[in-house]
Amino acid sequence: MTEKILAQHAGKAAVRPGDNVWVRVDILMTHDVCGPGTVGVFEREFGKDAKVFDREKLVVIPDHYIYTVDKMCQRNVAIMREFCQRHNVKYFYDPDTTAYKGVCHIALAQEGHTRPGEVLLGTDSHTCTAGAFGEFATGIGNTDAGFVLGTGKILLKVPETMRFVIEGELPPYLMAKDLILRIIGDIGVDGATYCAMEFAGSCIESLSMEERMTLCNMAIEAGGKNGIIPVDRVTREYVKARTNKPFIEVTSDPGARFKSVANYNAAELAPAVARPHSPDNYAPAAACGDVKLDRAYIGSCTGGKLSDFIAAAKVLLGRKVSIDTYLVPATREVEQGLHATKLDGRTLAQVFADAGCLPVAPPSCAACLGGPVDTVGRANGAEVVISTTNRNFPGRMGSKEASVYLASPYTVAASAIRGTITDPREFM
Amino acid sequence: MSAITGKVYVLGDNIDTDQIIPAIHLYLVPTIEAEYRKLGSFALSGLPAGLPPFVAPGSETSEYRIIVAGRNFGCGSSREHAPIALGAAGVKAVVAGSFARIFFRNCIATGELYPVDCVARLCDEFKTGDEAELRLDENVLIKAATGERFDLKPLGDAKDVIDAGGVFAYARKTGMIKAAGA
Repeated sequence: MTEKILAQHAGKAAVRPGDNVWVRVDILMTHDVCGPGTVGVFEREFGKDAKVFDREKLVVIPDHYIYTVDKMCQRNVAIMREFCQRHNVKYFYDPDTTAYKGVCHIALAQEGHTRPGEVLLGTDSHTCTAGAFGEFATGIGNTDAGFVLGTGKILLKVPETMRFVIEGELPPYLMAKDLILRIIGDIGVDGATYCAMEFAGSCIESLSMEERMTLCNMAIEAGGKNGIIPVDRVTREYVKARTNKPFIEVTSDPGARFKSVANYNAAELAPAVARPHSPDNYAPAAACGDVKLDRAYIGSCTGGKLSDFIAAAKVLLGRKVSIDTYLVPATREVEQGLHATKLDGRTLAQVFADAGCLPVAPPSCAACLGGPVDTVGRANGAEVVISTTNRNFPGRMGSKEASVYLASPYTVAASAIRGTITDPREFM
Repeated sequence: MSAITGKVYVLGDNIDTDQIIPAIHLYLVPTIEAEYRKLGSFALSGLPAGLPPFVAPGSETSEYRIIVAGRNFGCGSSREHAPIALGAAGVKAVVAGSFARIFFRNCIATGELYPVDCVARLCDEFKTGDEAELRLDENVLIKAATGERFDLKPLGDAKDVIDAGGVFAYARKTGMIKAAGA
């Protein structure tokens, strides 16, 4: 799939892994942390008066350091605001207005910017999330992004594809997060370096778009260049509800070459955690019952979507948390969903309040990556945290002394109740 | 550049971008000169406690010019602040068992430093503070004290891009693009 998309965007009949090709870019996304540097490169190299390659193909989504009193962070949003005004950029989701969305990777999908068959680049490593829509999506640095901003093109090496086939219905206590933590545990944090990770099989077909996004989101945690999932009815329904732009569906050829093929049976997998300090430090949640926790965190591009909160609420309904439990919806749309979605007659927001969770924080990347010291949920000491986020390298959530366990929203919610790492089946 | 000499700083596997430049410093914009230098002062400040400081307190640059590391150096985020912080601190090369893809590409795009793959596991052969000479033309890292020579994998065309000072400078030098504003 990846090779076919890159060939189409390079104007070639076919490409092979290892080929270096100039690729036409459909969407370039940037945010408040890497946007100012990207703009800086663009203006330094192309001149202050240069025009962006396409004012409708640049999508600017400030999301990292939004709810902070830090003046420098506010300055960075202001740099992007001025740039977008000057270039008449069509899609700028300004934090100072009702256009604000929240976490870029989720907002991209919700606002209809993720479309099958396209090439989407972003100045953020989790740009690979959009591969869930059957497109090529990967993260790039400021300098490459500055080049794209001026030319609309990028030189890319065609990756080999590693295929992961997951068969069978996902048991009710598992989520896509458990699948991807297991896969990363099996291949390691550099197991897919330079490779495309293609996910397929009857289990993947049964997943919602949000769950598919979780899988592709963490491809980078195995070193992957991109994650990608074939387009089907679920994809089409999601995309067509959010954009009327046409798109091209690309499928893997029968007999396509893969670097490797790994097969999993969903029924044989278990609720998973990644222990400190690496996303590949896999263990079944049931084997970590002796880990005492200080804090639970539900949020981010990985684990802050509406379906993630629904999952957590199912476990928390009628129960109480015993540790500080932070809730950070990825976007405004997710935040609104917490008030509009009901379980047993109670909204998700009410379920969380009844359970004793902390008040729902405004949507942003927040403590997933630490951030400024006043960031909600930031680890500032030696906290032991269980989190639905994507990385747990030392210091990722703020303090170097903190220990972060990654898990699904089910497992995080179950663990929040008990205060120790808990297999969610104990509450199901 | 063909030879780089200086002190070595030694690290293990999976040194991620949060350890290279913690997210709290990402408000700094690398294309602004004063902020570029400040990024250098925070290079590798996210390493766990107990390791020698990479940049001495109060300084903007490091006494170490070469980093020798294990596998998957630079994994994690796409932040270009990572190679830039190292480059701003005065690092000229990272010699590692392997590199994470985006970090490797960002090194070349910015021209900040040479990301060189080693053949044997050199983070077990060197210790922090060793003097070394990196000869890029010969693909070898030499330990000054003993004269031992360790093979490196060639950087190929990427070396020319870094020599030029990054992808834009290379493209201008080779006539691929016109000079800025021309």
